[in-house]
Amino acid sequence: MELLTFYPLAGFSILLALGVVINKSPIGSALCLIGMMLGLAGIFAMQQAHFIAILQVVIYAGAIMVLFMFVIMLLNLKGTGAEWRSRERNTLLTVLTAFLALGVLYKIVDIILEIDLDSPAKVADTFGTAAVIGETLFTDFVLPFEVASILLLAAMVGAVVLAKTKLD
Amino acid sequence: MLLNLTFLIPLFPLVGSIINGFFGLKLGEKKVGLIASAAVLLSFLTTILVFIGFLMLPEGEHAFKQTLFTWMVAGDFHVNFAFQIDNLSLVMMSFVTGVGFLIHVYSTGYMHGEYSFYRFFAYLNLFMFAMLLLVMGSNFLIMFIGWEGVGCCSYFLIGYYFEKKSACDAGTKAFVVNRVGDFAFLLAVMYIFSIFGTIEYSEVFHAAPEKLIFGGEVVTIITLLLFVGATGKSAQIPLYTWLPDAMEGPTPVSALIHAATMVTAGVFMVVRCNPLFNLAPDTMLVVAFVGAGTALFAATIGMTQFDIKRVLAYSTVSQIGYMFLACGVGAYTAAIFHMVTHAFFKACLFLGSGSVIHGLEGEQDMRKMGNIKGDQPITYMTFLISTLAIAGIPPLSGFFSKDEVLYHALTDGNIILWGMGISAALLTAFYMFRLVFMTFHGESRVDPSVHVHESPKVMTMPLVILAGLATVGGLLGIPLFHGWHLLHNWLEPVIHFDLASALHHSEHLLHEAGRHAPVWTHLLVEKEHNVWLEIFLMLFSSVVAITGIALAYIFYVKRPDLPDKLTEGQWGYDIVKNKYLVDELYDDTIVKPTVEGSKLLWKQCDARGIDGVVNGVARIIGWFSDRGKAFQSGFVRNYALFIVVGFIALLLIAI
Amino acid sequence: MVPLSHYLLLSAALFMIGVVGVLVRRNAIVVFMSIEIMLNAVNISLIAFDKYLNQHDGQVFSFMVMCVAAAEVSVGLAIIISMFRNKPTVNLDEFNIMKW
Repeated sequence: MELLTFYPLAGFSILLALGVVINKSPIGSALCLIGMMLGLAGIFAMQQAHFIAILQVVIYAGAIMVLFMFVIMLLNLKGTGAEWRSRERNTLLTVLTAFLALGVLYKIVDIILEIDLDSPAKVADTFGTAAVIGETLFTDFVLPFEVASILLLAAMVGAVVLAKTKLD
Repeated sequence: MLLNLTFLIPLFPLVGSIINGFFGLKLGEKKVGLIASAAVLLSFLTTILVFIGFLMLPEGEHAFKQTLFTWMVAGDFHVNFAFQIDNLSLVMMSFVTGVGFLIHVYSTGYMHGEYSFYRFFAYLNLFMFAMLLLVMGSNFLIMFIGWEGVGCCSYFLIGYYFEKKSACDAGTKAFVVNRVGDFAFLLAVMYIFSIFGTIEYSEVFHAAPEKLIFGGEVVTIITLLLFVGATGKSAQIPLYTWLPDAMEGPTPVSALIHAATMVTAGVFMVVRCNPLFNLAPDTMLVVAFVGAGTALFAATIGMTQFDIKRVLAYSTVSQIGYMFLACGVGAYTAAIFHMVTHAFFKACLFLGSGSVIHGLEGEQDMRKMGNIKGDQPITYMTFLISTLAIAGIPPLSGFFSKDEVLYHALTDGNIILWGMGISAALLTAFYMFRLVFMTFHGESRVDPSVHVHESPKVMTMPLVILAGLATVGGLLGIPLFHGWHLLHNWLEPVIHFDLASALHHSEHLLHEAGRHAPVWTHLLVEKEHNVWLEIFLMLFSSVVAITGIALAYIFYVKRPDLPDKLTEGQWGYDIVKNKYLVDELYDDTIVKPTVEGSKLLWKQCDARGIDGVVNGVARIIGWFSDRGKAFQSGFVRNYALFIVVGFIALLLIAI
Repeated sequence: MVPLSHYLLLSAALFMIGVVGVLVRRNAIVVFMSIEIMLNAVNISLIAFDKYLNQHDGQVFSFMVMCVAAAEVSVGLAIIISMFRNKPTVNLDEFNIMKW
């Protein structure tokens, strides 16, 4: 039953991800990305990770993508015809890597399908609620949490300093 | 205790040298000269104090040793930094510091106005330090430091006018030629260590008669190596060629280093090592003949030179030859005696020639001098006294010392050695008076534009003192009567040698080795002091000296045209004038092949071989880098690509 | 019930799409977006395992990943803006001075 929701969602996400990479204009890419984020939020929700699903929508689809759109519009970027022109010197290397990447993907798929997994553990009803995650976050992971806040602060300051027109 | 002041003696000049060397430029001429002279004066006064302390030593003690610190220890090899005060080193210290002080004072006048005044005095003080180490050290290694130190300072000072090519070349020549001798000296020290297991004088000399066979190969090799070292430093055949060239240095340097002190270091070393030399009669013979040969050989060259300082240089070589002649016949006292008197009169002569050069505004060619005795009366008088001393006119100091050398050459050596010595004495009297007559007498050939003037007091005072010492220095060793010879009595503890017991030990050693000892009994025959023979020899050498002077008078005052007439077209004269072409010979046989060989090695081995390998490696790496730099494109995505490739590689390895 | 392997396959596929995006696109902003895709792919794996093992650590970690992503994007975009100021383009082929 769940598979019926999973396959459309997964296919939707992969298609949009490909859309991010293939799309000629940055705006198109960004819109695809938003869609992909929402699809992934659905996938998270399917796994009862409700809290993360909400965060995915709020942080990624909301905050981060808005930032992307902002920058794209600020710089007034448009798609250029040169996007897909083959590079002068690295064609061979790129092709080689593409093949390697595909090979690796194939290998990974192979491995994943071969693994004999046990039956999954029984999950409590409270799994993935904000209360439970909050408890874990503020007990076992309180130090990484605080560090993450410092990281965000530093990123904020850094962004302001970098984006300022002139350092004085 | 006064003897504990010993370490101060070399310290003063060292400190002076450091002060002048580092701060001399700021101090100004006056202070630099004052510091340098004061340092040497202090060391002279300390020497006197130490001398008094030494005299107060209890009966039977003949040496005092001051150990400052352990210098190096490596297994059995143990060297102390120590000074040995004994009768011999005291004599050396006294006249080195004394004469050194006078020359320092003189230099303050002579070097006046030189642009790097302080450099000269820094070197000069450093030289005093090294020379004092040389004479005061208590083992061969300390002596070797001093030995190299004086060589080094000599190099600095010969090349003092380093902007002059000839001075630089002369410095290099002195250094390289000295190196030959130094190498032999070092070998000898190593050999001594391998035999005795120590390089401390007292221990080596004490053990020498017991460990070495009289006349054996070991002691002969050691002493020959030591003597080669001495020939380098003391400018004897075959390593004398550097000394005449060394006259490129300032004149006080020639007086201090190349006449009075450093060049006599070889003689001092031989006397210091007399317990070893006494055991090697073959070496002694070599020493005597090299000495006598050098005395005669250098004197002949001295007759033909026209540069006033070069004549004195050859005269120095010749006089040191006398000292080695004395050493070679076992008359160590005579050698030291002649060394001391020579230091007085030769220093006076060099300083006098410096005064002449100073007065003539830099002229050194005797053909452009003449009749300046009226303009430089003090210089003339002191110069004349010293010349009489070196010529051997009684009762000046040179007469006594030279006579003693000749007397011992005849009685302890043989008639050939004496003949060479007396011929050299004749030539000495001749060329020294040739020098005096050409410089001070006759017609003036001075460039008319030059105003001849007497030197300042600071220069003439040392001259007067040295001339006085040259006059009375002979009193140190009044001959004829046993017991009156002060120097001989004084040096007796150092040069005391018990031949009979040494021979006894040698016989014992030979028997242990299963060999037969040769017959040595004839060596033990006591020689009598023949007073009448000595008186006869004195009279004879005085006559010889006067003959030489008279000849010089005829040639250079009465008939100045005679020398040219006699020498014209004489190929023999030309050869002597060109110093027997020895320099050219060395150039062709040693210097040029070495230079050519070095050039060959440089071009083939170094430039092609070694550089080729090094550059080849660099070129190969460069080639690979050229190919590899494509990876370093500067595009961020390329780097990301490499990350992915690495990630894939890890994945493939891990799974 | 969706098996774990499905989630992992989805994660791998998205991750490789992100990698290819980083490698082939020249537009700096699109490269950034590809990096976001890669981060999200990792999140899928984390949560799938979490559910499978009945833990909460993975969710906490994905939370951290989001934090880092937010920080990275803000700084990264600021860098792009300042680059753009130097040279009015976001084409990464124009920026090759990293070899110095």
